[in-house]
Amino acid sequence: MSQVEITMGAHSPGLMEKPAFSVPAKKMAMWLFIIADTATFAACLVAYGFTRNATPNWPRPFHSITNVALMTFILVTSSLTMLFGVRSAKEGDKDGALRWTLITAALGIVFALLHIREWLALIDEGMTLFKNPWGSGLFGASFFSITGLHLTHVTGGVVALIAVGLRYKGGRYNADDIEILGLYWHFVDLVWMFVVPLVYLLNLSH
Amino acid sequence: MTTADAKAGFGRDIVVYICILVLAAIQFVIAYQNMDPATMFTWMLIVACIEAALGLLFFMHLSENRGLLWFVVIFAVFALLAMQYGWTDSFRIAHGAPWAK
Repeated sequence: MSQVEITMGAHSPGLMEKPAFSVPAKKMAMWLFIIADTATFAACLVAYGFTRNATPNWPRPFHSITNVALMTFILVTSSLTMLFGVRSAKEGDKDGALRWTLITAALGIVFALLHIREWLALIDEGMTLFKNPWGSGLFGASFFSITGLHLTHVTGGVVALIAVGLRYKGGRYNADDIEILGLYWHFVDLVWMFVVPLVYLLNLSH
Repeated sequence: MTTADAKAGFGRDIVVYICILVLAAIQFVIAYQNMDPATMFTWMLIVACIEAALGLLFFMHLSENRGLLWFVVIFAVFALLAMQYGWTDSFRIAHGAPWAK
C-alpha cells in the first residue's frame, strides 16, 4: 500500500469528522468572520458612545434625514435582492443569480455614492477629522471612522458581489459561494441598522 | 427546493423585508420625538436589536440551524456585553462620580 493510499484512506467518509453545526467549512469561516467583525463594529460604536456621553458640546449637525433614510432603504432593499440571488443560485438558475447579484452590487454602488455625497457636503461645511464649526472636534473623527469603516465594508462587498457573481456564472464557483457572500452582505446591512440611530439620528438638530 | 418551498420562502422574505423597513421608519419617528437622549437611545437600540434579530433569523437563515444560532448568539452577546464595562467612566467624566448621591 502506497503512502498516498494510506493518507487518502484516513479521509474516508467513515473516519472524517462531521462539520461543526452541519455547516460547510467555508460558511463556518464566514460566520467566524462575522462574529469577529461584530466585535470590531461594536468596539467602534461603544467608543463613540463613550466619547459622545463624556463630551458636553457634542455637535448635532444633521438637519435632514432624507439622505440617510434613502441610504437605509437602498441597503435594506439590497439585502432582499441578495436573498433573491441566493434563491436563484440554489435553484440552479445561473442567469437569475447573476442578475440579482449584479442588482445588489448596483444598489451597493448607489449607497456608496450617496454616502460620499454626504461626506463631501459635511467637508464643505468645514468638518474634518479633527475640527468642525459646531462643537467638539472629536465628532469628525468618530463620524468618519465609523461610517468609513462601514463604507469600506460596502465597497469590498460590491467588488466581491461582482467577482463571485461572474465566477458563479462561469462555473468556477457554486451556489454555496453565493450564499456565503450573501451572509456578508446581510451583515453589512445589519451593522447599518445600529450606525444610523447612533451616529445620525441621535445627532439631529431639532 | 420545490416550487411550493420557493414560493413560501419568497413570501416570507418579502414580509421580513417590510417588517425591517417599518422598524427602520420607527427609528426615524423616534428621532423626532420630544424625549431625553437616554430614553431615545434606549428605544432606538431596542428597535435596532429587533431589526438585527429579524435579519439574522430570516435573511441569514439562522432560524434553520439552532446549534449555529446559539453559537453565534453566545459569542456575539458575550463580546458585546464585555465592551459595556467602560460606560460608567464616561458618566464620571461628564458628571463626576456616578451615583455618588
